[in-house]
Amino acid sequence: MTETYSAKDEVGQVRQRRSRWDRIWTELKKAPITAWFGMIVIAIYVIVAVFAPFIAPYGEAEVHPLPFAPWSPEHLFGTDQIGRDVFSRLIYGARNTIGIAFLTTILAFLIGGGLGLVAAINQSWLDQILSRAVDVLMAIPALIFALMLLSIFGSSVWSLVVIIALLDSTRVFRLTRAVAMNVVVMDFVEAARLRGEGLGWVMRREILPNILPPLVAEFGLRFCFVFLTIAALSFLGVGIQPPTADWGSMVRQNASLIQFAQYDLKAGLTPILPAAAIALLTIAVNFVVDWFLIKTSGLRDEV
Amino acid sequence: MSDPLLHIKDIHIDGFSDERWHKIIKGVDLTLHRGQVLGLIGESGAGKSTLGLAAMGFARPGCRLTRGGIWFDGEDLMQASESRKQTLRGARIAYVAQSAAAAFNPAHRLIDQTIEATLRHGLRPGDDAAEDAKALYAAMDLPDPETIGLRYPHQVSGGQLQRAMTAMAMSARPDLIIFDEPTTALDVTTQVNVLAAMKDAVDRFNTAAIYITHDLAVVAQMADRIKVLRHGEEVEEADTRDMLTNPKHPYTRSLWAVRALHKPSLREDDTILSINNVTASYGTAPVLHDVSIRVPKGRTVAIVGESGSGKSTTARVITGLLPPLKGAVQFHGDTLPPALKDRSRDQLQQIQMIYQMADTAMNPRQRVSEIIGRPLDFYRGLKGKAQAQEVARLLELIELDDSFADRLPGELSGGQKQRICIARALAAEPELIICDEVTSALDQVVQEGILKLLLRLQDDLGVSYIFITHDIATVEAIADEIVVMHQGKVVEQGPKEDIFAPPHPAYTELLLSSVPTMDPDWLEKVRQT
Amino acid sequence: MHPILTTVLQRLAMGVITLFFVSLIIFSAVEFLPGDFTEAILGQSATDETVAAFRAELGLDKPAYLRYIDWIGAVMQGDLGQSFSGRSASGVDRSRAVADLIGPRLHNTLFLALMTALVAVPLALFLGITTALWRGSFYDRSVNAVTLTTISMPEFLVAYLLILLLVSLNPVFPSLANIDADTPFWERVYKSALPALTLLLVIVAHMMRMTRAAIINLLASPYIEMARLKGLSPATVILRHALPNAWAPIANVVAFNLAYLVVGVVVVEVVFVYPGIGQLMVDSVSARDIPVVQACALIFAGTYILLNLIADIVSIVTNPRLLHPR
Repeated sequence: MTETYSAKDEVGQVRQRRSRWDRIWTELKKAPITAWFGMIVIAIYVIVAVFAPFIAPYGEAEVHPLPFAPWSPEHLFGTDQIGRDVFSRLIYGARNTIGIAFLTTILAFLIGGGLGLVAAINQSWLDQILSRAVDVLMAIPALIFALMLLSIFGSSVWSLVVIIALLDSTRVFRLTRAVAMNVVVMDFVEAARLRGEGLGWVMRREILPNILPPLVAEFGLRFCFVFLTIAALSFLGVGIQPPTADWGSMVRQNASLIQFAQYDLKAGLTPILPAAAIALLTIAVNFVVDWFLIKTSGLRDEV
Repeated sequence: MSDPLLHIKDIHIDGFSDERWHKIIKGVDLTLHRGQVLGLIGESGAGKSTLGLAAMGFARPGCRLTRGGIWFDGEDLMQASESRKQTLRGARIAYVAQSAAAAFNPAHRLIDQTIEATLRHGLRPGDDAAEDAKALYAAMDLPDPETIGLRYPHQVSGGQLQRAMTAMAMSARPDLIIFDEPTTALDVTTQVNVLAAMKDAVDRFNTAAIYITHDLAVVAQMADRIKVLRHGEEVEEADTRDMLTNPKHPYTRSLWAVRALHKPSLREDDTILSINNVTASYGTAPVLHDVSIRVPKGRTVAIVGESGSGKSTTARVITGLLPPLKGAVQFHGDTLPPALKDRSRDQLQQIQMIYQMADTAMNPRQRVSEIIGRPLDFYRGLKGKAQAQEVARLLELIELDDSFADRLPGELSGGQKQRICIARALAAEPELIICDEVTSALDQVVQEGILKLLLRLQDDLGVSYIFITHDIATVEAIADEIVVMHQGKVVEQGPKEDIFAPPHPAYTELLLSSVPTMDPDWLEKVRQT
Repeated sequence: MHPILTTVLQRLAMGVITLFFVSLIIFSAVEFLPGDFTEAILGQSATDETVAAFRAELGLDKPAYLRYIDWIGAVMQGDLGQSFSGRSASGVDRSRAVADLIGPRLHNTLFLALMTALVAVPLALFLGITTALWRGSFYDRSVNAVTLTTISMPEFLVAYLLILLLVSLNPVFPSLANIDADTPFWERVYKSALPALTLLLVIVAHMMRMTRAAIINLLASPYIEMARLKGLSPATVILRHALPNAWAPIANVVAFNLAYLVVGVVVVEVVFVYPGIGQLMVDSVSARDIPVVQACALIFAGTYILLNLIADIVSIVTNPRLLHPR
């Protein structure tokens, strides 16, 4: 064995070049069953939410003569306390509950993520002020803070979205700042600054692509948190207001049915249904995020 | 000869990463007799540490011993129960870890940790063991041996901790000690004393040892025999002196490839960059005191020093990342604005930088074509086809080819990454390149290749280098002039031959005499002087 | 001064400053109320004099900073102001002192939280530590699967499932936790059992997972490997080498989850109609009874800050680097 050194022949793990879709498909094929379960559940929820008016047998606020009707072919899951079809409201609930939570999470990421990135790069008085302000805001439990603000601004969908997004953006700020800080200290960022690149270029081209995977995972987790908070507030009667169908308030409205479980188990299950719908989506998102986190932990070589 | 103390036969070890099992050790034999010291040498990823731990019947989490046999003093460790192995570990086989700072428990005093294994295995009574530990501290040349044991790990220095860890290993008077790169994290002037203390201890108690390192000169001082490992397989094994004078395998020779390089220094009176009386600090902590350095045009100035000497800070002052409190940096006789943000694009273009860790110096999400292409566009306005052609030319210049343009950094080897970083610096067509420890994270053969490339580029392009390093062999290979730095001050500057020739200032003397040579008797000689 | 003392004092000062800013935020909530909120509370027919008297009582004629000083001064003496409810347009004031409203309910909530914590903390630590030690075993995987499912459930789902199982189908517990000051101790425990169980399930799942992660992180330290390579028994490795370094992470996990408990209480109290401070707050939010909401928020936030403060102080006093300075 002779050793003639050549830089070209050094062992670099060259991977096969495949198209993006090919790569995603190979990753998907290797995904564990839990991740598949999660993705399928999420897909079903999204379809139901988007096509709600075509799937639901009755209208969102359509009132039928018999309140608290039992489960039957006409009313699959019966009717609620003023005679609205529970099945239809579950379907519209998907649209409202998920839609509002999604919108809120996006808003939280725009605010928290943007400021977190700026704070990480800037690292001066701005970072100091933002970080201290976030510390103080986070010293008040989110649900309590939300309750207080809602008592002042009133319970409309928009105040709900803005209040929860603002409160949640503090968590997003912390994470984005921490993750971005890890990237900011890397030599390639210093190299870009030494080259004379502007702040915008450094943020967009050097830092953002490298913090995207943890942020995507965090988006999933934050969505669950926001979703559960909004459901809790609606359950408490200060979130999404009737007649808009949403799962949290549906649990509360039908709660009294649970006492009849020993006579009619199906009726007793009615308030559990929307709560279970909430839990199922949260579990599904958690499964997918878990898998995604394992796939992308750290600075991976390839997306 | 009697039965061996340790006998390993055809051992196979697998490691789990990227969701599957990989072979780390592929069938290695090893025999060690009482009182013998075996050096295990190899480069990163050769499987040295894994093999060393296997000698204790131990596999790290995520590793497993799959096949083969390990016999310690005739006892089969592959078959032995976990509790049986526990009675051997710490009592008859001890381990000295690479980072003593991490391997000492922060919650307990040094002495309690030193004698813990001895007490737990019931080898001696507590008072006796404590007295013995103090004697061992004294033997290891630790200051205040009577009381240093009462301190906590964070209260003593890294070199002292490493000695305390050797004392800890010695406490139970084991038959075998595994030294796992014990001096790698230390500065060179600290290393020499720790090496001497370890060698003494092993000699005095006639302990057998396996000494794991990547530095052949270090292992030459410690070991009777040396085994060379590569990619989990044995390359060769021989007596230390035989191996150094007559290596059978070309790979073994490549382990001291850089030491074979020597560049005669050239003089040049034309100055490209000068640092004049610079004083700088991080916050309130002063790091540079009145530093003046001159860089001749088209030549290489090596800045040599240990950690904390201020050599990297000097680079930060030159690049404008750390504006100095006093003094100035002049380029072609013109004073550069102290802060990076005040410098013009032209000024930035003239001085480029290459980093120690090529891994973190390139954005892992950009392809080679973007990494090299950006400075072409930014400084020279090359776009599209012209840019692609220039990228190809630069890749050829650094001895790679066009096919690399499409790769991501994760698809390159360590040496290739560093070459891409060189190409990125060259893309700006700079007059001066600052190289900050650019070879110290690389294997010897690869270092040799990079150094030769840098020399050739200097010949072809006339670019000047500031070469920051702690390694004297690298200085010998590349420098024209040398600046010796210590505790934020310049000890001396001059042409390489002048600096290397005695008489030296005290610190230069210490630094040069502390660097192990390939002579197995070097440590003995140093200790006698 | 000993560095531990300095660090603890610094941390305490930080806590006080945080509390100050939090009180400022809670106080300024009123500033965002619409100008005509007094009319909304007193009713359309309120006379000008009644409105003026109410505004004077609220101090709306004074500048905000003076009102803050008055308010915080009163709060420190235990006076949380007068409730908005019970007022009428005619000027007859049947409103109650907020402190009187909150007092008994705070006691009930603390009882529930304490009862839960006394079971939850030891249970969660036990589960977290044992799953970390036997990582990958069947036991570990089953506990993980169960807790992952539990943390994904909203508290009210857990609550209603328990009601379905333990009230409707098998009448073991009462569904309403209607306790008052005269309820005897064991009856109180019995009636609070279901709300406590609900909280317990949710909290244990969170706390166990975080404990497990913290212990696994600790066991990966080089000094733990060193202890193993010294031939120490697994028990010695854990007790002598892992435990002394585990206090800080465990204290953080416990504090974080007890703080979480404080919030979880709100939903659970509403489900079980438990007369606690959480339910009071929700009712007051619906009624827009701001002084009560403010007082509740202040109490919740104060507890939250206090718990985190305690965890930080535990971390400080168990840190060998601070205990034994150079």
